[in-house]
Amino acid sequence: MTAAAVPAPVSAPPVKQRRAFTAVLRRDLLVTWSELPVFLAQVILQPLFLLFVFGKVLGSLGYTQHGYSDLLFPGLLALTAVITGMQTLAFPLVIEFGWTKEIEDRLLAPMSTALVAAEKVLFATLRALTATTVMIPVGIIVLGSIPWRWSGVPLMVLAMVLGSMLGAGLGLVLGTLVVPQRINIVFSLVFTPLLFTGCSQYPWPSLARLRWFQIVTACNPMTYVSESMRAALVPSVPHITPWVCILVLVCSLTVLMTIGVRGFYRRAID
Amino acid sequence: MTAVEVSELVKRYPKSPVNAVDGISFAVEPGEVFGLLGPNGAGKTTTVGMLTTRVKPTGGHAMVGGVDVGADPVRARSMLAVVPQRSNLDRSLSIRRNLTFHAAYHGVPAAEASARADELLEQFGLRERGDVKPDLFSGGQSQRVMIARALMHEPQVLFLDEPTTGLDPAARLFVWDRLRELRDRGVTLILTTHDMHEAALLADRVGIMDRGKLLALDVPEGLIRGLPGSSTLELSVHAGDNGHSPESVVGAFEALPGVERVEPLPGDEQEPDDPHWRVRLYVSGEASQLVAPTATLLADRGLSLSGVELGEPTLEDVFIHLTGRTLR
Repeated sequence: MTAAAVPAPVSAPPVKQRRAFTAVLRRDLLVTWSELPVFLAQVILQPLFLLFVFGKVLGSLGYTQHGYSDLLFPGLLALTAVITGMQTLAFPLVIEFGWTKEIEDRLLAPMSTALVAAEKVLFATLRALTATTVMIPVGIIVLGSIPWRWSGVPLMVLAMVLGSMLGAGLGLVLGTLVVPQRINIVFSLVFTPLLFTGCSQYPWPSLARLRWFQIVTACNPMTYVSESMRAALVPSVPHITPWVCILVLVCSLTVLMTIGVRGFYRRAID
Repeated sequence: MTAVEVSELVKRYPKSPVNAVDGISFAVEPGEVFGLLGPNGAGKTTTVGMLTTRVKPTGGHAMVGGVDVGADPVRARSMLAVVPQRSNLDRSLSIRRNLTFHAAYHGVPAAEASARADELLEQFGLRERGDVKPDLFSGGQSQRVMIARALMHEPQVLFLDEPTTGLDPAARLFVWDRLRELRDRGVTLILTTHDMHEAALLADRVGIMDRGKLLALDVPEGLIRGLPGSSTLELSVHAGDNGHSPESVVGAFEALPGVERVEPLPGDEQEPDDPHWRVRLYVSGEASQLVAPTATLLADRGLSLSGVELGEPTLEDVFIHLTGRTLR
């Protein structure tokens, strides 16, 4: 504790923000690791049941056409990426800012506030990527076989990354906008529409017969993740051209991150 | 170099008609314990918020450890540590990891952080509880952990916002002892409090804040010396039913030699059938010499003296003198 009495040297060494950043990331990874079963159950259960009921049960009973599960699986990968990214970031952020104030120790670490937000986004993206990757073996187990094209893997990975980041971006915006008292109502108002208008259960071009709903789904950025996934794994199903999807996703990410980081600053600094 | 330097600091929150902090200036020397005393809402927490990069000033400048807080908040954060009013411990981590991760955020090497965590856990009486998560900790225990955590990166200036508010007496004494140890070691401490006893006990200098303004700033004895009347005589008067109102005696008290100021105090509301009236006399010289003359004055008016209390004035009296209100 001697430093307290000693005046700082005139030219202090530069503050190493990267060290603070990696320490904060290490903290998040450690916490996830220590509750790994809970984490996996939390992220896998919903897509698992969707896959089981819509892909397996309805198919076996003959209510869905043969091949529907091939169409559904890429969509569920998209869904897992976006929803996990969003949940990882939004829920804890609302609680940390509004109630436990746990985030304060990180906000007072020698790193810029934008980096604290960036770490949140990176961590949420990593968790979403993990969850989406885990869905691949889960799909093989539940469905027996999954649509797979090695030549489509680069596009699939890109869609996974963009989808995870999209979820993180949505989480950052929601997490900084919502006050704890409203968390339940806001999440149910956002979550369910997001889940069912993101084209994870149907291909977008086929909605031409339901024009108004096609327009609604076009406004959900998750649609473009689902469509990229299908372009990668089941290109025979009509889909939106991948470069259009990627362009829309990059634009959405830019807008979400701008709003999210601004919201983060507003919550972090009075 | 000063540890903290504040000049003309102003904060006005959006949609608020008044400034929460209204142009305050002060400087704190290295190793000094500086207390900001004032009631809730005086602007103390906002001031600390601005000094610790969490509140953006509307105007003015603040330097901590020689770093301009507004211009270089990242470096300023490496110079300071904050112990907030309410626990903000990381609930997902054990107490020990709360300490070591805090050190890691501040770039302290792991081995050094580990040794320091052991040392601080021992010092704060938490050695046995290092592996426990903070969920179930009492206010006093959380406060201890937060002070230990703040010391992990050896800050130049330690800010404590109401460090003992809500603690039981034993926990309060423990925190005071630790803070005195830090003071003896030369750590610069800035604490806010609405407890004048705490301010007088710990602080080398006290700034009295109210409604965003710094009303006075001096060593505690200096503030008290500045009061008209250096000691007090508090009288409880039993009001009889012979028509004389107790208030009528104030003028007579003021005329007594040595009395500088007379201040009626709120009476005992709980017993309306037995109305007591209390008054405080600020006197120069020996307060005890005024007991007999005041008793005589009261007896002449058919009022009887039911209690006498001699006292040295406190910071509370300074606050009342400056604002006309009590601290709470």
